[in-house]
Amino acid sequence: MKISKSPWLLHYDASSCNGCDIEVLASTTPRFDVERFGIINTGNPKHADIFVITGGVNEQTRQVVKQLYSQMPDPKVVIAAGICACDGGIFKDCYNVSGGVDTVIPVDVYVPGCAVKPEALIDGVVKALAILDEKREAMKNHAVCEVNYGGKTKEE
Amino acid sequence: MEQEFRKVSHHAILSEVQELQEEHYRLIQICATTVQEGYEILYTFGKGYDEVQVKIHTDVGEHVQSISRFFPPAWLYENEIHDLHGIEIDGITLDFRGGLYRTKEKAPFAHKEVKEGK
Amino acid sequence: MSSRSVIPFGPQHPVLPEPIHLDLVLEDERVVEAVPSIGFVHRGLESLVSKKDFKEMVYVAERICGICSFGHGFGYCDAVEHIMDIHVTERTDYLRTILFELSRMHSHILWMGLMADAFGFENLFMDTWRIREKVLDMLEAATGGRVIFSILDVGGLRRDVPDDMLKSFLPVLDDIEKELAIDIKTFLNDSAVKSRLCGVGILTPEQVETLGCCGPFLRGSGVKRDSRKLGYAAYDDIDFEIITSNDCDTYGRTFVRAYEILQSIKIIRQAISKVPSGEVMVPVKGFPQGEHMTRLEQPRGEACYYVKANGTRFLERMRVRTPTFANIPALTETLQGCDMADVPILIVAIDPCISCTER
Repeated sequence: MKISKSPWLLHYDASSCNGCDIEVLASTTPRFDVERFGIINTGNPKHADIFVITGGVNEQTRQVVKQLYSQMPDPKVVIAAGICACDGGIFKDCYNVSGGVDTVIPVDVYVPGCAVKPEALIDGVVKALAILDEKREAMKNHAVCEVNYGGKTKEE
Repeated sequence: MEQEFRKVSHHAILSEVQELQEEHYRLIQICATTVQEGYEILYTFGKGYDEVQVKIHTDVGEHVQSISRFFPPAWLYENEIHDLHGIEIDGITLDFRGGLYRTKEKAPFAHKEVKEGK
Repeated sequence: MSSRSVIPFGPQHPVLPEPIHLDLVLEDERVVEAVPSIGFVHRGLESLVSKKDFKEMVYVAERICGICSFGHGFGYCDAVEHIMDIHVTERTDYLRTILFELSRMHSHILWMGLMADAFGFENLFMDTWRIREKVLDMLEAATGGRVIFSILDVGGLRRDVPDDMLKSFLPVLDDIEKELAIDIKTFLNDSAVKSRLCGVGILTPEQVETLGCCGPFLRGSGVKRDSRKLGYAAYDDIDFEIITSNDCDTYGRTFVRAYEILQSIKIIRQAISKVPSGEVMVPVKGFPQGEHMTRLEQPRGEACYYVKANGTRFLERMRVRTPTFANIPALTETLQGCDMADVPILIVAIDPCISCTER
C-alpha cells in the first residue's frame, strides 16, 4: 500500500501573518476539500507525513520548527506555504525574521503566494505526495533503516 | 479634528494617572517612540468614547515609574516597552524581566546611543 | 492538599492555528494560574518604517494579520490621511465601509468555525467555513484577493468597485443570512454546545472595564461600546445596533459575535443602497508631518494606530495596538480557576489573533 494514499498533515505557523494559515485550514474545508486525497489535518507531529509551514522563521520558533521536524517519522516531506515561508517575503528585512524555512530545515516543495491560494496549496500537496513515494522507495532500497532516535540519525 | 497630546513631566506621570483613575478612565494603550533626544512614551486613556492622550519624555538610561498599580493591564504594555525599547520601568506588577519577547537583537528599538555604546 | 504541577500549553497545539505558549499551574484538574509567554510570531514589522516609505507601509500594515487585514490597512491609511489633511471622497468612505463589514463577516464566521472545532463539533466547523467561502468570493470579486486585499491606498482605493457588482452581492447576502441562521440556532440552542459554553469564563462588567477588554469580549459582558460609533468612514450615516449580552460568559461572547454577523449584513445592505457615485482616489502630494492616533473597531475589538511622521518619505514611528493584545490580561484572568479541559475554549473565546498581537 502506498503511503501517499493517506498522508497526514501537520501545520505549524512559524511567524506568519495568519493569511496563509487560514488558507491552509480553508483547503481542508468543503470548498477545496484536500481531505478527498485521504489527507487528515493532525495536531500530532508523530502522526504526520507532510509538514506544512507558513511564515518566515523567527528567533523563537526556530527551535520549535526543528523539534517538530525531528519528531516526524521518516519518510516525510516539508511544504513551505506562502512567500514568507519560501524566502521571508515582505518581512525579510525585519530584525527578527531569519528568512525562509529552508534556513532551518530542508524544504521539498515551495508554494509561493501572498497569501497562498488554496488551489496552489493543493497543487503543492499533490507534488509533495509524489516526493513522499520516492522517499519511501529510496528507504526500502537502503539496507540501513533510518530510524529517528530523538532527532539524530544513526550515522550521527 | 485636531488631537491633543498633553505633555507632562515624567516625574508627574503617577499623580496624573492617579487622577485619571479616580475619574474612572480606562487604559487604552501605551506606546514608546524613540526620538532624537531619548524616548517619548504616549499613554492613551479612554472614558466612554472620549480619549485623553498624555505624553512624557525620558532621557536615555532614565527609569520610568510603572502605572500598573493604577491600571492593571499596563503590565503587558510595559513589559513590551522594556523588551523592545530597552526602557527600564520600575514596579511592574507582573514583571517578565525581559522574557516577554525573545528577539534576535536585544531591544531592537533602543536609542542609537545605547546601540553604539554596546 | 493536592500538589501543584505545571503544564506547558503550546506553542504547537491541535486547537491553535497560531502559536502561543501558556504555563498552566494546575491543582489536580483546576488551573490556579496561567502565565502567557508570547513572541512566537514576533517579526518586528514596526521597524520596517525605516526601510519602506509611507505608501509602501500600507502593504506592511495589511500584513500585520491575514484575518483583520483590511482593518489594519484602513487604520493606517486613516491615520496618515489625518496627518496629511486628506479628505477622501464619499464613495471611498462607503466602499471602505462595505469592505470592512465583509471582512468582519469573514472573520466572525471563521471564529465560529474555530470555536466549533475547539468544542469538538467538526460538522459545524465545516459548515460555517463553507458559508465563509461565499463571503470570500465577494471579497475576491471586489478586491482581487481572498484574505489580503491590497486595495487600500493613502488617499482612497486603488480600484473602484462597480455598482452592478455591489448589487450582485445582495442576493448572496440573503443566502448567507438564511444559511447562517441554521448554524446560529445550533450554536445558541443546542444543549451539547450550551453545556460547553454556559458559565465558562465568567467576567463581570466591572472586571472587563478594569482589565481593559475590547470588542465582543467586552460586549459579551454587557458593556455597550463599539468604536464604530465614533463615526469614521460612513458609519455615522448608517443605522446599526450594538449587540450586547448579559451572560458574561463564553456563551455571551458567542451570542454577540453571531448577531454581529447579521448586523454586518444589515450595514452592507444599507451602504450599498446609499453609495454615491464619484472618484475613489484623491491626489496625494508631499510627505506627512505630525502625529495622529486612530481608533477603530476591528472584528476582535478596538484597535489603535499611532503614526508619527517628520516630513520625509519615511515615518518616524508606526505603532499598532491590536485588540488581542488588550484582551490578554483578561484571558489570564478567566483561565484562573477553570478546568484544564476548558482551556482551549477559553483561549478561542477571545478570538486570539497572535500575529496581530506580536506584529
